[in-house]
Amino acid sequence: MPAPTREPLTFYRTPLPGVEISELQGKLIVIEGPDAVGRSTQVRKLKTWLEEAGHAVLDTGMARSALAGKGIRQAKEGNTLGPVTMTLYYLTDFADRLENEIIPALRAGFVVLMDRYIFSIMARAIARGESRAWIERTTGFALVPHQVLYLRANVKDLISRVVVGRGAFDYWESGLDLGFGRDMYDSFVRYQRRLIQVFDSLSTPYGFEVVDAGRPVEEVFAALQGAISGVLTPGRAVKAPRRTKRGKRPPRRSIGLAGRRPAPLTLDPPSVRPSSLPVPE
Amino acid sequence: MPQFLPKRFNGRLIVVEGIDGSGKSTQISLLAQWLRLRGYAVAFSEWNSSPLVRETTRRGKRKEMFTPTSFSLIHATDFADRLERYILPLLKAGAVVCADRYAYTAFARDAVRGVDPAWVRNLYRFAIKPDLAFYFKVPLEVALGRILGGRNALKYYEAGMDLGLSRNIEESFRIFQGRILVQYEAMIEEMGFHVIDATKSIEKQQREMRRIVLREFGRTRPPEVLGMEGMIARADA
Repeated sequence: MPAPTREPLTFYRTPLPGVEISELQGKLIVIEGPDAVGRSTQVRKLKTWLEEAGHAVLDTGMARSALAGKGIRQAKEGNTLGPVTMTLYYLTDFADRLENEIIPALRAGFVVLMDRYIFSIMARAIARGESRAWIERTTGFALVPHQVLYLRANVKDLISRVVVGRGAFDYWESGLDLGFGRDMYDSFVRYQRRLIQVFDSLSTPYGFEVVDAGRPVEEVFAALQGAISGVLTPGRAVKAPRRTKRGKRPPRRSIGLAGRRPAPLTLDPPSVRPSSLPVPE
Repeated sequence: MPQFLPKRFNGRLIVVEGIDGSGKSTQISLLAQWLRLRGYAVAFSEWNSSPLVRETTRRGKRKEMFTPTSFSLIHATDFADRLERYILPLLKAGAVVCADRYAYTAFARDAVRGVDPAWVRNLYRFAIKPDLAFYFKVPLEVALGRILGGRNALKYYEAGMDLGLSRNIEESFRIFQGRILVQYEAMIEEMGFHVIDATKSIEKQQREMRRIVLREFGRTRPPEVLGMEGMIARADA
């Protein structure tokens, strides 16, 4: 059974200044999991599927912000990124996307499909020995998603995906910055095992729905579709603000895609640039 | 929970804080110079100066992309990079590290920008507790006179223009600095600042700083603290 939809959206700990929660009409769905688990493939398929059903979808992922994306990529090339610096750089990137892309999209009634969320940032920090209390408080300005789907796999599955799919081990995915092992393979195995342990430990407190990712792509996709269907009313996720139980109509500053009828199938959602999103005055 | 991690290293960490125009940068460079002459291996680190983060900060400022939260986070990233790559290894080596601004700057500025104070305090919990934190106490008008009389044009974020305090950049700067001053004053006791009266002459302020350093470090260099010879020997090796 999918977790009950939490409405309206709330922040984990520390509300962002200037955000009116009641205006956020969209759905926030997160796909999490370790490196090479197949997240990006699934996000791509889910986006197509959701758009076919008439939902306007914003998909976004790590290091894609207009502010910090380029800086992070450059910093990673240098291999001199310390663990705390890396955590905070990714969090800067996340904050920029949250405030300038995700929240405006939610205001406009989009389904926001996230390839990774704060949990990857947390897992990487904790796996590198940073304090869990510190990172949990630091990421406390994130919105509680409607759904967190955790693609879970064993290290063995990840290895075969890396070898078959990419042909080589990645420096950062192998945790070589801290050197978890004598070579890339050893380091990858130890680091990813540790990451999975951390993800597992976050699962219950943060209400993850665990999806077994050690299966063929289509099976995983079907499982994700089933889970997401429980959160979205088919074809009606982009909808007018309903009367709440108290009979009050939520304030509505945003525009556009809201309406009684299901959104048209031909919606052409923006890629990821904030400027192309409908933003209220 | 303590604000910072206790320092377990041989070196010494000295930081200066105060609003723009308080004269702290002049004083810390005089102090660093003096410490070098006394045989200490001295290193220097300035707020917002990490090469790793520079381009991102520049982009954000040029295009005015920052929100209070992302502004706070990019400065914390900058600080973390300097700490992990520079300050921490140098402290381990036994150097005296002089920092022009420290986490307290973020506590003051971010709070004025409306970021949750408890969140910012937690954000910097990975920082090392300084051995000495000097606060340059100065009335707002004195500091403003020093800055606004100068040739440097005020910049958008420096003047707090992102807060929409005033459309006039000088007026915005006044209000912004005034609010930061209030934040600093409230931190004096909590953070154990050594308060320097920054209305006094440069010479008098410097004498006061040196007196405090001698009192804290002793009259001769402690054996665990790295000297200039050590630096030279290491560089030659």
